[in-house]
Amino acid sequence: MADLVCEHLNMTFTNPQTGSEVHALKDINFTLKKGELLSVLGPSGCGKTTLLNIVAGFLNATSGVVRLGDKIIDSPGVERGMVFQQGALFEWLPVSKNVDFGLRMKGMPADQRAALVEKWLDIVGLKGFGNTPTYQLSGGMQQRVALARCLVNDPEVILMDEPLGALDALTREKMQSLVLELWKETGKTIIIITHSVEEALLLGERLFVMAPRPGRIHKEYNLPFAERGLTESLRAIKQDKAFSKVREEILTMIWNMEEEIMGRV
Amino acid sequence: MFEWLSDNRASLAAVIIIALVVMFVASIVIGRRQADRTAKDAVFGDPERTRGGWYWAVCGVAALMLIWFYFSWGMGRAFFPSAANELCQVAKIEEVLSPIKAQLPIGSRYYKSTLLVSRNADQLNEVEQAFPAEAFSAEETAELNAIVAEIRKLIANSSNPANVKPELQEELHRIAGEIEGLSDELRKGYAGLSPTPEALAQPKWGVTRDEIPILPMTARGVMFDDVASKAGGVTDAFEKARNVIPANDEIIADVKARLDAIKVANETGSFEPRIAKLRDDYVKAVERIYRRLDDGTIFPADSLQTINDAIVGLDTAVDDAMGGLAWTKKLVLPGQGVVKSRTQCTEQGSARWLPKPTDVVATLLRLANPDVQGDGGYKGVPLLWWKWLPIADVVGFFVPDWIADVWPGEYSRHGADGSITPNFKDKLLAFARGDVNLGAIPVLDGHLWDSLFRVLVALFLGILLGVPLGLFMGVSKFFKSFFDPMIELYRPVPPLAWAPLILTIFGIQDDGKIFLLFMVAFAIMVISARTGASGTQLSKIRASHSLGASTGQILRHVILPNAMPEILTGVRIAIGVCWGTLVAAEMLAGTTGIGFIENIARTVSDYELIWVTILIMGVLGLVFDLMMRWVIAKVIPWRGKG
Ligand SMILES: Nc1ncnc2c1ncn2[C@@H]1O[C@H](COP(=O)(O)OP(=O)(O)OP(=O)(O)O)[C@@H](O)[C@H]1O
Ligand SMILES: [Mg+2]
Repeated sequence: MADLVCEHLNMTFTNPQTGSEVHALKDINFTLKKGELLSVLGPSGCGKTTLLNIVAGFLNATSGVVRLGDKIIDSPGVERGMVFQQGALFEWLPVSKNVDFGLRMKGMPADQRAALVEKWLDIVGLKGFGNTPTYQLSGGMQQRVALARCLVNDPEVILMDEPLGALDALTREKMQSLVLELWKETGKTIIIITHSVEEALLLGERLFVMAPRPGRIHKEYNLPFAERGLTESLRAIKQDKAFSKVREEILTMIWNMEEEIMGRV
Repeated sequence: MFEWLSDNRASLAAVIIIALVVMFVASIVIGRRQADRTAKDAVFGDPERTRGGWYWAVCGVAALMLIWFYFSWGMGRAFFPSAANELCQVAKIEEVLSPIKAQLPIGSRYYKSTLLVSRNADQLNEVEQAFPAEAFSAEETAELNAIVAEIRKLIANSSNPANVKPELQEELHRIAGEIEGLSDELRKGYAGLSPTPEALAQPKWGVTRDEIPILPMTARGVMFDDVASKAGGVTDAFEKARNVIPANDEIIADVKARLDAIKVANETGSFEPRIAKLRDDYVKAVERIYRRLDDGTIFPADSLQTINDAIVGLDTAVDDAMGGLAWTKKLVLPGQGVVKSRTQCTEQGSARWLPKPTDVVATLLRLANPDVQGDGGYKGVPLLWWKWLPIADVVGFFVPDWIADVWPGEYSRHGADGSITPNFKDKLLAFARGDVNLGAIPVLDGHLWDSLFRVLVALFLGILLGVPLGLFMGVSKFFKSFFDPMIELYRPVPPLAWAPLILTIFGIQDDGKIFLLFMVAFAIMVISARTGASGTQLSKIRASHSLGASTGQILRHVILPNAMPEILTGVRIAIGVCWGTLVAAEMLAGTTGIGFIENIARTVSDYELIWVTILIMGVLGLVFDLMMRWVIAKVIPWRGKG
């Protein structure tokens, strides 16, 4: 069905004042089949967010195309849902109104909306919080609302930019299981950006390690852990030898990249 | 009810003052106790330390009120209600004697005679020095010098005690004796004196516009009043006394004859115009001085000594007779005391421009009384009341007349028999003009409502038009760049600088003021909505795009709520600025409104009314702000928590 294809993607930012250029992405090519779970890792400033913004349609690439199925992506759309790191909830609305925002904009009747909100709040474990003001929720709860708000719209692709970055270890692990569960149940294509190597390994069916200056895909992995995470406990997977081996390999790789950046500065 | 409060304001003040003192002391006691208890609660600088503390608010308000009561003489009137009336009687003596005192060292440092002598001598010297030698012949010069010498002799004669006629000497002695008699009378005290029923029937101090009752209401007051009326005769006698000296009469006649001779020479002789003028001027200057010396107003200093001493004695007697009244004046009636001018006694100093709190409340009650036919309201308009508004007026205001004009057909004409049958077009016109009876609705009315109405309408229009424009300017290059120069050009001009122009164009009725205030509110609302809109977090905008919201929906559901804190802050500021501008605009022009009242009160120096209007404005401003704070707390509890 609708695969996500990136072809020869280049992105250059020009500082309007100084005219200096930053080559944020250089010749990015990949194809993501429907239902694939991709995690993206890389040192800070290597262009991960930029890539995601281009896929979401918030930015237009300097050159190259992104296609979802036959459609060329040049603006935001409902078929690509986004979960931000934090701060993207509408704090003036209660939880349920945040969740059904997209449905309301579509003009869906109230009773249908209510049923969907009910369902998704239940799935993300926020049953009964419908009328709570969002600013009264904890950080983890807020991210679950953001997830529900995205999923209730039934997008084909879900884009997540460090969605779990601000959470404590325990909440984070629960959320990771939740993401895997949702992946299994909905069969969505998911791209998830993270800074945690462990998270990238656990939540990545495929994994891109990106390198900076210019931002490019340095290495690609195909991993079994996400599949296993559907049935096994995440903690058990983390104890696994194979897991540790890949983890160490990637850590060393990123470490070297960071060294290189520092050395260059 | 109003009457009773008004008539008993002095007694009410006494109760309030005692309550205030109790509150003041109690709040300090509570505050000190609390301070001991909470001293360790938080480190210095922690905002927690500033929470609570109502008792210091009570303390501050009580202190302020007490200061007000004290300096406005509210305290004095509450506890010494007859003090001002007695001081008024004392002031009568002062008023009566002031013409005498003005001529004596006790009143003005020098004897008036001394001043006259010195002034005339100075002028003679000046005239002599400016003598135009070229204009007069040698004989004439000698003659004129002789005349000036004669005039000097006039002054010398008047200043010599030996020349004073025995009759005048006697008269001056008699006057001094009478003044001493007045002192004796004061020393006798006021036993046996009593005020007249007429005096006792006067309104109390402060209850009428005359402020202080003028007839003596106490025995002591009667004593001073008696002395004052007797002193009237003394003053008259003193003012009639003249130091007329026979020797001077001869000199005057002589000087007059000799000056006349020179004048005749001036007229008959043929001089060139310049010289003629010099001669004329010089003779006139000399004549002017000697004319002032023929009325006998210069007395020898010695002959007035006794009168000066007698007056000093009388002042001492007055002070002694005042007794406790003098202390009352010093302690609770600060300022310059009471002054009697022709028809009334008035308070001087702080008590004059700082009306007593209870008087201010009484004025407020009078103003608030809706009975405009009676004593209530101001200039025929109540402060805040209601009236019937014909619905036709409203219709006539909103429905434009041209609707009838464009209706097909002609307006009816008078027929051959002089009758007129209105057709539909006529009826439509009558409707559009409000010439129909559609019944009436009750609406608010009064000065305060007029002011409020202007502010609220302007604010409403400002918000209605300013917020959308501001939001668009926050998100659109066209709107930002197109409207920015217009708004930024008119906004920095102070609203009051616009007022003359706008009031001229729109007239002094509501339209002009509303438009002026609208300009103020509009600019503030545009700027705050724009700031709010452009401050929306990018991630929220992106999220709503991804959720499928259209541009309009993002504006309505994301950017508007996001800008709400700034918009409400803008409303809060706009209310304040509009209110301030309105009052000033009403002072410039208008026939109703709170600023109008203050402006008229200013022109008639009605300090109480001025204070009432200030008070009303302050309280309304506070109410507005509290309302806005409440609205902000209700509408945007999420502010700053995103
Ligand atoms: N709007 C922009 N204007 C100019 N340069 C930009 C802009 N956005 C990003 N960049 C540059 O592009 C590069 C990639 O930025 P990006 O935000 O994609 O990094 P990232 O991989 O998401 O980093 P991090 O892990 O810290 O979030 C950086 O060097 C950054 O300076
Ligand atoms: Mg990033």
